[in-house]
Amino acid sequence: MSIAIDPDPASPAALTRSRQPVRSRHQRGASRWVVLAVVTLAALVMLIPFGFMILNAFKSPSDYSSHGSLSWPTGFYTKGLTTYWNQVNFPLKLWNSILISGSVAFLAVLISLLNAYALGIGRVRGRLWIIAAFLLANMLPQESLIYPLYYLAKQVGLYDNKLSVIIIFTVIQSAFGTYLLASVFGTFPKALLEAAALDGAGKWTVLWKVIFPNVRPTLSVLLIFFFIWTWNEFLIPLVMLIDNSTQTIPVALASLQGDRLMDAPTTNAGALISLIPAVIFFFVFQRTLTRGVTAGAIK
Amino acid sequence: MSTPTTDLSTMRPDRRPKGGAYWLFLVPGGVLLALIIGLPFVMNIYFSFTKWSGIGQPHWIGLHNYNELLHDDIFWMSFRNTLAMIVAMVLVPTLLGMFLAAVLFDSIGRRFNPRTSSVLRAAFYLPQVLPVVVAGIVWGWILQPDGALNALLKAIGLNSLAHDWLGDPKTAMPTVMVMMIWVQIGYPVVVFMAALQRVDPELYEAAELDGAGWFRRFRAITIPQIRAETFVVSLTCTIAAMKVFGPIFALTRGGPDNATNVPSYFSYYTFFKKLNVGYGSAISTVLTVLIIMVSVVFIRVQNASEKRDEDI
Repeated sequence: MSIAIDPDPASPAALTRSRQPVRSRHQRGASRWVVLAVVTLAALVMLIPFGFMILNAFKSPSDYSSHGSLSWPTGFYTKGLTTYWNQVNFPLKLWNSILISGSVAFLAVLISLLNAYALGIGRVRGRLWIIAAFLLANMLPQESLIYPLYYLAKQVGLYDNKLSVIIIFTVIQSAFGTYLLASVFGTFPKALLEAAALDGAGKWTVLWKVIFPNVRPTLSVLLIFFFIWTWNEFLIPLVMLIDNSTQTIPVALASLQGDRLMDAPTTNAGALISLIPAVIFFFVFQRTLTRGVTAGAIK
Repeated sequence: MSTPTTDLSTMRPDRRPKGGAYWLFLVPGGVLLALIIGLPFVMNIYFSFTKWSGIGQPHWIGLHNYNELLHDDIFWMSFRNTLAMIVAMVLVPTLLGMFLAAVLFDSIGRRFNPRTSSVLRAAFYLPQVLPVVVAGIVWGWILQPDGALNALLKAIGLNSLAHDWLGDPKTAMPTVMVMMIWVQIGYPVVVFMAALQRVDPELYEAAELDGAGWFRRFRAITIPQIRAETFVVSLTCTIAAMKVFGPIFALTRGGPDNATNVPSYFSYYTFFKKLNVGYGSAISTVLTVLIIMVSVVFIRVQNASEKRDEDI
């Protein structure tokens, strides 16, 4: 892509402007601080809801009802946290979320890799249509699948079972992964494949010995993405997992919403511990993620 | 993206790896796709032509559900609300995100230091990381009649502005829109900032030497350079806006008076609360058709604009 900044830099208009840079650089000295202040303010506004949440998560209910939501807590009250923790059996919910998201991330990357190998490297017949089918599968609203999935899961005895959610999201996430990886593989250096073939390597060996090591960075980005996406999913777990022992963190929090146990401090405490795993994950993988967003964007 | 090129390898079969055919690798993924997406998708379309409560046998009624949809005010309302969601999740975040990314990258990243800009970026991106339902629940509490927002308004002497934000049909939708902007904004900011890293810094320096002001550089360099990302962001966000469910579930359950009802919540409610599976399937089928149409239009427009670029 080429772009033109000024149609003709040597035009008279450009020449008469030639003294401007000096002035604008001078202006910038003060104005850059204004820009920084405005953007910082906007960033702080983004954080206000978090501030409210933290401020109220450690308040006792009586403190909350007498001083309201804006006051500084009179004491460090942790019973909201422990109430929520015990009420929903948080460690179990955490384990459910980790188990489901982890299995989905791993399996979906594996399936994406196999699919993309056939499509991007193997260039099987009709691959454009097959890739279109995967893309379509990724775009479908879950609402158009949810009732039949609910019905089928009941038929095969997987309703209210984590396995059903794992299988469903493995397929949904791998649909995206297949689409992305197939186009990445489209540009895989042919020479590497041919060299391996001349050495007599079979397709299976080529996949794991030649291709896998080369695309590992992309795969790890996909892995993290699939994990987070599945972690944050709501509709399908809400419908499929109704028992306390199978629910994920978001579903557990939502199903207690409006419960009389959930006074304001408990709600905030519940929200706070529900988002801590996601935030930790985010800070650990921030670098990979921002790189990954680009990988996702240039598909 | 994979353009059909002359496949040399088919002419030299000895240079391809041995051991089974490539399509064998497609079997597990293909079977799963057919069973978990294909079959339910077809079943859902079939259900949409039936009257069924989920128990017993579906009863074929042809186009009756679709006919009913056309005369259903809630249905039309839910799709009007989708337009509001597109404004809140696509239009505003993309424009604002473009501007913020340019400011963070061009002004703050270069005039101060990249660290400052990446810390600020993290603040904008943070809402994107949390489960959207958790965000919905916190916002729901903040927006309650006795919640933090009204308390804040009272504290700064704006008593008259205090309001039952989500309970009043007039303010419910705009309020939900504000929260969705808050949720979405980080995504375009991060994508656009990553895209800008690709741009040759000399372009900006040359433009500056030519006396181009900030806004002129924004229009002449930033926007054209991130056009591909803009397409992707607006397409993925439009699809997300059309599917939005979690925030509505957590904030308003479509209320009050369906003021915030959206197709996905409407179909969920019809499926599982009203046990009218046929009708719910019809709603979700219409939504699916719309999403596919929007995607096709987007991709067409993108291809056309890429073509135009090549012609120049």
